[in-house]
Order: sequence, then C-alpha cells, then structure tokens
Amino acid sequence: MRSLLALLAAALLAAAAPARADTTLTFYYPIAVGGPLTKVIDGLARDFEKEHPGIKVHPIYAGNYDDARIKALAALKAGQPAQISVLYSIDLYELIEQDVIVPWDDVATTAEDKAWLKAFYPSLMMNGIYKGKVYGIPFQRSTIVLYWNKDAFKEAGLNPDQPPASWKEMASMAGKLVKKDASGNVQRWGVMVPSTGYPYWMFQAFARQNGHDLMNKDGNRTNYGNPDVIAALQYWRDLGAKYKVMPEGTVEWGTLRQQFTEGKTAMMWHTTGNLTAVKNSAKFPFGVAMLPASKQRGSPTGGGNFYMFKKTTPEERKAALTFVKWMTTPERAADWSMATGYVAVRPEAYETAALKAYAKDFPQAVVARDQFKYATAELATFQTGRVRKLLDDAVQAALTGQKTPAAALKAAQAEADRLLKAYR
Amino acid sequence: MKHVYGWLLLTPAAILLVGFTHFPAAATLWDSLFSTGTVVRPSRFVALGNYASLADDPIFWQVLGNNLWFALGTIPTSMAIALLMAIWVNDRLPARALVRMAYFTPTVLPMIAVANLWLFFYTPQIGLIDQLNAWLFGLPSHNWLGDPNTVLACTMVMVIWKEAGFFMIFYLAALQSLAPELEEAAKMEGASRWYFFRRVTFPLLMPTTLFVMVNATINSFKLVDHLFILTKGGPDNASSLLLYYIYQVAFSFFDTTYASTLTVILLLLLAGLALVQFQLVEKRVHYR
Repeated sequence: MRSLLALLAAALLAAAAPARADTTLTFYYPIAVGGPLTKVIDGLARDFEKEHPGIKVHPIYAGNYDDARIKALAALKAGQPAQISVLYSIDLYELIEQDVIVPWDDVATTAEDKAWLKAFYPSLMMNGIYKGKVYGIPFQRSTIVLYWNKDAFKEAGLNPDQPPASWKEMASMAGKLVKKDASGNVQRWGVMVPSTGYPYWMFQAFARQNGHDLMNKDGNRTNYGNPDVIAALQYWRDLGAKYKVMPEGTVEWGTLRQQFTEGKTAMMWHTTGNLTAVKNSAKFPFGVAMLPASKQRGSPTGGGNFYMFKKTTPEERKAALTFVKWMTTPERAADWSMATGYVAVRPEAYETAALKAYAKDFPQAVVARDQFKYATAELATFQTGRVRKLLDDAVQAALTGQKTPAAALKAAQAEADRLLKAYR
Repeated sequence: MKHVYGWLLLTPAAILLVGFTHFPAAATLWDSLFSTGTVVRPSRFVALGNYASLADDPIFWQVLGNNLWFALGTIPTSMAIALLMAIWVNDRLPARALVRMAYFTPTVLPMIAVANLWLFFYTPQIGLIDQLNAWLFGLPSHNWLGDPNTVLACTMVMVIWKEAGFFMIFYLAALQSLAPELEEAAKMEGASRWYFFRRVTFPLLMPTTLFVMVNATINSFKLVDHLFILTKGGPDNASSLLLYYIYQVAFSFFDTTYASTLTVILLLLLAGLALVQFQLVEKRVHYR
C-alpha cells in the first residue's frame, strides 16, 4: 500500500514538474482593417511576457476572419497546439458544434475573475454567450455609424451640426443633399449604405431600428419574414428606387469610403473601423452620429472575440486566462481602440486619461460607445454561413429590383427554417 | 531487371501524381457520398443524396449558367484578341519590345491586384470608366458592379484584358516558327494578305489554337480570384462562378461533402470538355 502511495506521489510530482517550465500560448488572430496592427499585437505579446515570466505567447497572424477560422481549425485537427484564438464573434455556434471550445467560466472561478467576465458592455457579450456560459471575450469590436459631410450640409442649406435622427429625416435631408449637373446627372448622392461584403450586417441595423432582431438567442430561429422586417428592407430599397437619394443596385463596401471622402455622397453608413482612415483622408469637416431611428435606434455589433480551445491542459487554461485578462484591462482596451478605431470593450476604458484626452480632440471617437445602449448581437445562428448568405442574397435581390422585399425575405425565411429545424 | 529500372524511373512522378491528383480525386468522389459530420451529428452514408440536393439547389444552377456564359464570353474574345495582338507585334514596327511588353503586362500582375485596380475603374462616379463616359459622351454614371445585368459582363471584360496577353505569347512563338519561305511563295503567287492568313497562317497555327483553347477553357472555370475582391459573387449570385460557390460551401458553410459533390461535377465537366476538344478538334488540327 505504502509503495503504491509512493508511486502515486512520484507520478504526481512528475506530472507537476513540467508546470514549472514555460507554458506556451499559441494564438491565431485576424486583421480586417488597415494599419500595421501585427506589430501592435507582437508588441503586446512581448510586454506581457516581460511582466509574466513563465508564460510564452506566440501570436500568429492568420489573414481575415474566414482565414483565421480555417487556419485555427485546421491546426487543431492536425494536432498542432493552439490554446486560444481571436475569431469572428459570430463563429460561436460553429465552434460549439465542432466541439472545440470551452467556456471561460470553467477557469474564471475566483470572485475577481467572475467580476471580470461582467466588466464588458452587455451588447458586446451577446455574441459570446451560449446557454448562460461565456465563450467569447470581446476584443476587436465595432458597430455601424453614420458619417456626414458638413460642407455638403451647409451647401444644401442644412444645419451642418444636425445629422438626421429618424428615417423620415434621413430621406428628406438626403433629398436636399442630392446635387445634379446641368444635364441632370447626379454629382453627389444624399446617402449610401453599402450592400456588398456584409449586406446582412447593414440590414440588421434597419431591422433593429424598425423594432426587430433577426434571430433568437439560441441561434435556431430567424425572423426574416416579419412584416416590420420586410418594411425595413422596403425602406432601404426606397432610398434608391423611390426617394432617388442613393444609387440603385448594390453599393460597394470596399470603395464607399473613397466615394465619401471624394464628396460623391453626403452621408454614408459604415463601420467605426473606418474612422481613422476617414479622419486621415477627408479634406472637409465631417461628423459621426448614431444611426437614425424608425421605432428605435439600433445597430448590430461586429468583430472578433477571444476563444479558448478544448484541447488544453489546466496550466495552459490558467495562463490563457491571465493573458486575456491582461489584454482587456481598461488601459489596454483604450490603447487598442485609439490605434484601430475599434470600440473599447469595457466602460472603464473610456474613463482612462488617455482615451478621455483623445475624445476631447476627436469626439467622433465616442459615438460608437454611446450607441451601445441600442446595440444588438451580430447575426449568428447554427449553419451560420448558409443562413447568413440567404439574407445577403435576399437583400441584394430586393435592392437590385429582382424581387420584392416581401418575396425575397419570405423565401429566405422558409429556407432558413428548413436548415434550422434540426437544431430546435 | 530492365523492368525494375523502368519502374524506378517512374516512381517519383507516379508518387506525385497519385498523391496529389488521383488520390484526392477518388477521395472527393468517396466523400460526396456521405453527409457532412460534426461532433454533434456524425457523418453517415447518403449514397446519391448530395447529388439529389444539388439538382434542387437553385444557386448551383445559377452559378453553372453564369459559368457557361463566362466561358462563352471570355474564351473566343480573348483568343481572337490574342491572335490579333500577336500578328501585330510580329511585324516590324517601332518600339516593338515595348508594345509586346505592354500587352504582356496584365498577365504578370497578380489577379488580386488586377481586381483591386478594376474595382476602382468600375466604381460609379469616381471610377475611370464613369469619368471617361461622362467626359466623352456625357453619359450618366452607371452602377457597373451593383447591377445584376452588367456585373458578369464587367468581370468578363477584366478577365479578357488579363488573359489575352498571356495567349498572345503562344501565338507569337508559333508565328515566329513559321517558315518565311511560305510568305515569299504566296507573294510571288499574288495571294492577298487575308487569303494568305486564311489558307496558310491560321491552319498552321491550329495546334497552338487548340492548346490555347484548352487552357482558356480550364481558366474560365478556374479563375475566381477576382470575385473575392470585386463582388463576392453578388449581387444575389449574379456574378458567382462554380469554383467560387465551391469555396463558399466548403469554407463558409463548412459543408465539405456538398463541396465535394460540386467538385465532382466540376471535374466531370472539365474532363468532358477536354475530351471533346482533344477528340473532335484534334482531327482537324494538323495541316494537311
């Protein structure tokens, strides 16, 4: 018996021994906006290692959000170590279905850790919680805001400090902002909302403003066929077809920023992630506002969360918690927000001296934060790629006049029901 | 002993071919007979179930149709332009090297860079095409990539621009290998230039034409890089192509077995086209 105990103790000691060696954290991360951000991330990792001897951090840049997910999952399948990753917040259901992630609640057990889980903006947590457990810690997150050209407003006889607050106002103000040349060709449009790349994301804002979210919390039901949702798409279509303040057809996501900074549209809806780029290239004074309201204000959030993978040792999980907590302290969240234009993920970050000073010179930087109280989760369901593309196609079919909004959305809803039935 | 030697010589090529061509093709076929498994829902044998859902998939039929239009629109035009350019730069003209290089430049550029360039050409109002249209003809701005009626044609024009220079090189090489005596003889007989081209040059170029055509056909199914930048297949799949749809199904929907099914169709399609081209056309390729 005693020899057995001794053996056991020896085994335990042997098992514990590697813990004293360095724990290495490998993590994949995507970058979806401009700027030398890989350097920023590498710098953060080095700083962390200096403060935490015994933990090595090995960040791997993995392209855009899709690439990052594919690379991280492929690495896991191939047995290469990756303990945490920054992946698309809406990959949650996919990662759960693949059974590769674990909730942070499993390691965040002390009172302080539990408080940390509650320190973020609630609207940013919506895409990270499944069945009451936190799987995604917000890191690089954005929302949609309205950018407006103050010179164009002055020229059209509008108050340059008064952006539209409602759908009606936006349509009528945009009507005044349209400028045509002698032969009737449009020189400047009133407003542009991009409808390529991420049409579902923009449409979520319209739907939310008209009173509805597009999916339920369990990610197994969509709400595409709701009459108010159809009315929301009708309004978007009308901006081009009826009010003639936006070009008909789809508006390209990638070139819209240039069209705005070249003065070809007086207003645009775009991600806060473009804020720094617009700031650097616009030759006119511009404002940033919350999106206008129909029944209420609203915008979806977007961006990337920290996930922790299942195939990890207890030491690695502990180290991962330490690292992610360190990455999301108020000071670092503030720095990250200023470097990128992403929103700072927790309220305390906006109380830091650095971000306060920045917002004083550049008040546009805090609009996204003020909009948080109206924000909603980004579209994520089981079978998320397909369910999302159904909506993308419906929105584009309606905007290009191929189908009516009602027909397009009802067909998308029927197909989504078919896909999601198995998950109810 | 001779036997062994021969097999040994074959082995490296055989390993590469089997490992990277035959095995993946067979595995794709095999995978297409199963449902996509997740940890929650394991994969199971569905026989031809994936092929049945493919027949009911309106997007599949749409991208297939798009792809056929894309092939019809790009292959003959880019080949004709390539031949014209080759004949043009084969003549003695000033700054010949410069002209050749200018025609070849689009080929050297990566597709992603080209697509980024053309994205701005096509942008309404601030784009090159709209600005030229407004300046030369006073035309109103058109939403080139945002209109389902023009988007596929826009991608075709760009691909023709990119491909023609590449095919020109093959035609140019073939033209330079033609014996100059033929032209001299034709001149002495009093043949017109057009007659000489129609009866001598063009038939002699047939092997090159076949080679270029096979390549152009494969490329029209293989080239999808531009979609990532230009349209993401939109609006409402109006510019999507078969291979791009396969990518979406595999990496955005994670439906690997359905992607395998689509890949099998693409493989069959390409194999069929190549067979037709080699079997039927080859009979008429060689000058007699």
